[in-house]
Amino acid sequence: MNRLMKHREVWLALAIVLVIVLVTLRFSRFAQPANLLTIFNDTSILMMLALGQMAVILTRSIDLSMASNLALTGMIVAMLNAAFPGVPIPALLALSVLIGAALGAFNGVLVWKLDIPPIVVTLGTLTIFRGMVFVISGGAWVNAAQMSPDFIAFQRTVLLGLPVLSWFAIVVAALFYVLMTRTPLGRSLYAIGVNPTASVYTGINVGRTKFMAFVISGAVAGLCGYLWISRYVIASTEVAGGYELTIIAACVIGGVSIAGGIGSVGGVLLGAIFLGVINNALPVINISPFWQMAISGTAILLAVVLNARGERSRGRIILKSAETA
Amino acid sequence: MTDQPILTLSGISKSFPGVRALNDVSLELYAGQVTALIGENGAGKSTLVKTLTGIYQPDAGDIVVNGQKVTLPTAHSASAAGITAIHQETVLFDELTVAENIHLGHAPRTALGLIDWRKMRSEARLTLDAMAAGIDPDIKLRELGIAKKHLVAVARALSIDARVVIMDEPTAALSQKEIEELYVLIELLKQDGKAILFISHKFDEIYRIADRFTVFRDGEQVGKGMIADTSQNAIVQLMVGRPVEGIFPARKAAIGEVVLEAKGLTHPTEFDDISFAVRKGEILGFYGLVGAGRSEVMQAVFGLTRPSAGTLSLDGVPITPRSPADAVEAGIVYVPEERGKQGVITGEPIFKNVSLPSLGKTSKSGFLRMAEEFALARTYTERLDLRASSLSQNVSTLSGGNQQKVVIAKWLATLPKVIILDEPTKGIDIGSKAAVHDFMAELVAQGLSVIMVSSELPEVLGMSDRIVVMREGRMVDTLDNKGLKPETLVRLAAGIIEEQAA
Repeated sequence: MNRLMKHREVWLALAIVLVIVLVTLRFSRFAQPANLLTIFNDTSILMMLALGQMAVILTRSIDLSMASNLALTGMIVAMLNAAFPGVPIPALLALSVLIGAALGAFNGVLVWKLDIPPIVVTLGTLTIFRGMVFVISGGAWVNAAQMSPDFIAFQRTVLLGLPVLSWFAIVVAALFYVLMTRTPLGRSLYAIGVNPTASVYTGINVGRTKFMAFVISGAVAGLCGYLWISRYVIASTEVAGGYELTIIAACVIGGVSIAGGIGSVGGVLLGAIFLGVINNALPVINISPFWQMAISGTAILLAVVLNARGERSRGRIILKSAETA
Repeated sequence: MTDQPILTLSGISKSFPGVRALNDVSLELYAGQVTALIGENGAGKSTLVKTLTGIYQPDAGDIVVNGQKVTLPTAHSASAAGITAIHQETVLFDELTVAENIHLGHAPRTALGLIDWRKMRSEARLTLDAMAAGIDPDIKLRELGIAKKHLVAVARALSIDARVVIMDEPTAALSQKEIEELYVLIELLKQDGKAILFISHKFDEIYRIADRFTVFRDGEQVGKGMIADTSQNAIVQLMVGRPVEGIFPARKAAIGEVVLEAKGLTHPTEFDDISFAVRKGEILGFYGLVGAGRSEVMQAVFGLTRPSAGTLSLDGVPITPRSPADAVEAGIVYVPEERGKQGVITGEPIFKNVSLPSLGKTSKSGFLRMAEEFALARTYTERLDLRASSLSQNVSTLSGGNQQKVVIAKWLATLPKVIILDEPTKGIDIGSKAAVHDFMAELVAQGLSVIMVSSELPEVLGMSDRIVVMREGRMVDTLDNKGLKPETLVRLAAGIIEEQAA
């Protein structure tokens, strides 16, 4: 199965290269390193969010509230910055992760202790969190003029040739890689997705593991709340409206199985980058943004079909000779 | 009633990888008569039912209905041939109304080809009234209890004009009163000229309503006859009548002090007042029919469910496992019956399956160490003679016997004191069975305590030091396995009274 996974990732990487080559034929500057780095930076937030979402989807759950969590955390941090410009950025960063994690923990407790299906829980909190944005802001915006210069400049600072935002994506991806492949929690996330019943019999606390997944996705959403607001330099009630679907799309394109238990950090990163490349490429070659949605949708369906085919070939080997071969 | 059978099976064989489920079996069902199908668990009864209802295709043999040879490639063709089945747990649709359930697949249509609701409801009402069922055809099936659901299934059988009705342990989930009502209904079906195949483990039921019997053993038909001419003892003989086949490993009894002791374990609905003790170096067998509550007791010991009363102690210290993790921590592990669903994490490689409960041991300061995991998995899978190309192989590609070895290896790696094996050799091939048996002998020789839940008589008699027999959630007896006869166990488990059997 590992080899199949790799095949899928290779296939996805090739698709990305193909899109870049095709666009470059029409617009030669597209493939220049500077532009590719820009695309990477543009996609950073999506990559992080999709990784958080993957942790949840692996456990046969889904987190629809990520975008609302992001908007609420972003609004809180932005209002705090507007009111107390002196609060240092690292403190704001830590705060946004904490708020996000707390909101995720709220989802997680409902899933764990009350045993409500995750799709229902997060559909509820999607609306609640979004509603809270209205409540705390009174519907008003926090705009660039109200934000402190540090607040805006932090993620744009270039370190070793890359903006801080890109570095965040790289560090978060590395953390997820370690989490997924090198910790007992990561192993449990996969195990309960593949076979929840056997996981219970093995002594894994399935409820608590799901709770942890929601805390992780919430923490990532919170972090991205600050990053999003300071990137687009506006905190409004509409921030990231509907973005939860883009996050899930990146996961699915990246080979994460909605049925749980299957998915890799590399695949999800490529899935997010694929969407990022498409989004950047289409305006460049003068394709209407309306087509963008149809193309993203087609990519999702293609990815699902390919995943389904991958699943099907995993049969049982019954022949003795094949088993020992 | 003629003497010609309505349905005749002859020479039916069906094999699965590693298992010959049915071997050249025959069966006749007669109109207006109940034929009981009797056999131990694993004798091939369910396979036969699935063959008759179009779910399995036989490898060889003929099915003749009303003198005409038929094939049953689908469940629909079976019902078209007039064969219908009422299962232990009714397979109807909870969210549909009673009338819809009765007519599903053959609903009356209007001239436009749409479902004729009015006619469907009135027909359903007629059928139900004829049975004196007292069920409103317009309510959802969900609102009915299991006994009433059976009535709906019977009504369905009547409405599709089935000629053959298969009842697969229909009384398993019913109360005594409901069972009586079911008997009345079976009489009704008999008068209607249906041929009934009645599968049950309970001898009192069989003697109450069956006219004929057919006995299966190990996938073969070993006897048949009229119930009225046959004693219960004779049927028990047919069921078990074979030498305890296969060689079980010889063991030296070096049984030590009590390790795990249960006193008065009780669950509100599943079992009552269960007490047992297993000693160091001992194999304690749990025998009983399927549904006797053995697995449920083990699940309580393993912390999956919580008993409402009773105590557990390990090495003399009281314990209350609240989760499997607690039980594993204390030194009790459980190899569940349903390997694929509860045992292995299919889709994950062997080494990850083995190391999963031991990750605390193989990881260091919160990080996994693959080399340690592989070493652990190698140690324990080699001891079990696991056949696989590599430890990274996906467990779903392994045979049943090898999957079982993965589950056992996983638990041995946690260094348990007590290992509970629930039907450890169910559905695995002879060679792997012997390996599992040898290994059990090795485990107790090393001072572990083994609890083995098994429905296979040779296994229980061949492996256990003592045997607890359970029936309907209660302990019947605890026996020393010295000169025990298989008939004794079957009688205790089936609730046949000694005088009757003598």
